[in-house]
Amino acid sequence: MLNYIIRRIFQSVVVLLIVGLVAFSMFRFVGDPIDNMLGQERTQADIERLRAQLGLDQPFPVQYWRFLENAVQGNFGVSYRQGRPVAEIIAERAPATLELAAVSGLFAIVLGIGLGVFTAIRRDGWASSVIMTGSLIGVSLPTFLIGILLIYVFSVELDLLPSFGRGDVVDVGGWSTGLLTASGLKALVLPAITLGLYQMTLIMRLVRAEMLEVLRQDYINFARARGLSERVVNFRHALKNTLVPVITVTGLQLGSIIAFAIITETVFQWPGVGLLFINAIQFVDIPVMAAYLMLISVMFVGINLLVDLLYVAIDPRLRGEGNAT
Amino acid sequence: MTSVRTAPHRHNPMALRIRAMWQSDLAWAFRRSPVAMVSFVVVVLLVSGALLAPLIAPHDPFDPATLNLMNGFTAPGAPNAFTGESFWLGTDDQGRDVFSTILYGMRISLLVGFAAVLLGMAIGVTLGLIAGYRGGWTETIIMRVADVQLTFPAILVAMLIFGIAKGFTPVEYRDQIAIWVLILAIGLSDWVQFARVVRGATLVETKKEYVQAAQLIGRSGTAIMIRHILPNVLSPVLVIATISLALAIIAEATLSFLGVGAPPTQPSLGTLIRIGQGFLFSGEWWILFFPACTLLALALSVNLLGDWLRDALNPKLR
Repeated sequence: MLNYIIRRIFQSVVVLLIVGLVAFSMFRFVGDPIDNMLGQERTQADIERLRAQLGLDQPFPVQYWRFLENAVQGNFGVSYRQGRPVAEIIAERAPATLELAAVSGLFAIVLGIGLGVFTAIRRDGWASSVIMTGSLIGVSLPTFLIGILLIYVFSVELDLLPSFGRGDVVDVGGWSTGLLTASGLKALVLPAITLGLYQMTLIMRLVRAEMLEVLRQDYINFARARGLSERVVNFRHALKNTLVPVITVTGLQLGSIIAFAIITETVFQWPGVGLLFINAIQFVDIPVMAAYLMLISVMFVGINLLVDLLYVAIDPRLRGEGNAT
Repeated sequence: MTSVRTAPHRHNPMALRIRAMWQSDLAWAFRRSPVAMVSFVVVVLLVSGALLAPLIAPHDPFDPATLNLMNGFTAPGAPNAFTGESFWLGTDDQGRDVFSTILYGMRISLLVGFAAVLLGMAIGVTLGLIAGYRGGWTETIIMRVADVQLTFPAILVAMLIFGIAKGFTPVEYRDQIAIWVLILAIGLSDWVQFARVVRGATLVETKKEYVQAAQLIGRSGTAIMIRHILPNVLSPVLVIATISLALAIIAEATLSFLGVGAPPTQPSLGTLIRIGQGFLFSGEWWILFFPACTLLALALSVNLLGDWLRDALNPKLR
């Protein structure tokens, strides 16, 4: 058990070091950082000074180590395009992405579990088949088309909700939130649905399949025979036992929500980290790209590790001696 | 399935081959699936439309001489107020015929899709064969890299490769090579599926007697991998390739839509949707609507074909 945990953590650290190497090589070899940072009017002395200042005259491993040191301290250099520290720009943009991701995650989990349970209990009803067919279409539509479709219906035709931006934001202790104003909440609706729809259908189909499996078990029949109400049987006995795989998948999907936020943020011009990343690619702003890569890898690797460890903690069958993989 | 053996036509091998194909298990499964047949027809129609675009398209959207700005924003089917010309699916802001831009856009989308899948397949199958046949630390390294890459969504990997490649090219060439960078980015982002499946199948095949026999008569490892094992692991590869094609087409459209893919001078379906989105609020819905429908029809029917192929090639489901 302990052996497994240590090995998993070691693996995660190795992955992060490799990603760090990729990010560092991008910074070091894609274009010349000196060229990008100094303008047209520069002297040889300027170049030498900046080269020494950035440590570019040091051997490669030393530079890599220094890059990692800086990255751990949250120092990712200066954006080529905006001329400000990358960490500052990202910190400014992060609340928008995190709020969007949190709200879509909540939407996906609540509606996904709710609809999953509903379609499992009323498996032959017409409402269930409508929902299941709808979910198939939801899975095959690309995210950006869903966003455009929602904009067309709710912003262009019905004129109910805004199609871009965050609305008014309030500053609460350095965190700019859109959750406290009416226009902020309205602006959040369409992006949150766009981003969460795919995860919602995924969770729904998983809950439905797991519920159908559990409802066939003997203890469910026994609970019914004991005269327990349908509600107690469905929610206390059946749903509880479907939650282990649901938690795993939901955890892993959390990472993709943040990655797919790039697409949603571009469709809705949502001023978050994803839009920043896309703009960085368009203008080849390497420090921003490298920083984004590092941040998102820490997030992904961390979530993966956490889900794996949680899995072992929840499911006693996996706590085998030594041979756990 | 009953097979009716007819007398072989010795002098007409082509007819014989077609007959054999028609009577194969796969063709039989195909004739029994309406979904597969409809998807197949849609794919064939769209692909031939793209291939024959210079012949079918009423206008050449890349030739500025044939464009008339007065024709801009003509609604589908209705004659233009100034020139009186009418267009099947309307025109965009520059007076380009939407039907023609879709035909030419599909060429880019399909080129990127097919080439990216071929690249991903070549890399994945090669590495999968080597990993499965050689084993040892070669296998460990290849599969670890695959695991790490699989942790990240393919579209993110593709974006990153696109960004890095863009950084390496001088500004004046960026638009010209954007298509090749796209192919590289999407291809490198989806080799993992191929490698995993081929490695699994190779592990099974390597233990079989025919491989041991080939080893005994002294054939080289490369020859055994290519001539003996490869033909036996190809059918799952075909299924993954079809499904990857749908994913690659959507990935290309997404990247182009985000503005990090095909440039406006060589618009793919995604670029056309990006352009069309700008006119959504002013009421010119057709500039967006028709390219989006084409993309959906293409991706959906390739996907359905892939699903069908997976079921048809899997003997356990028959």
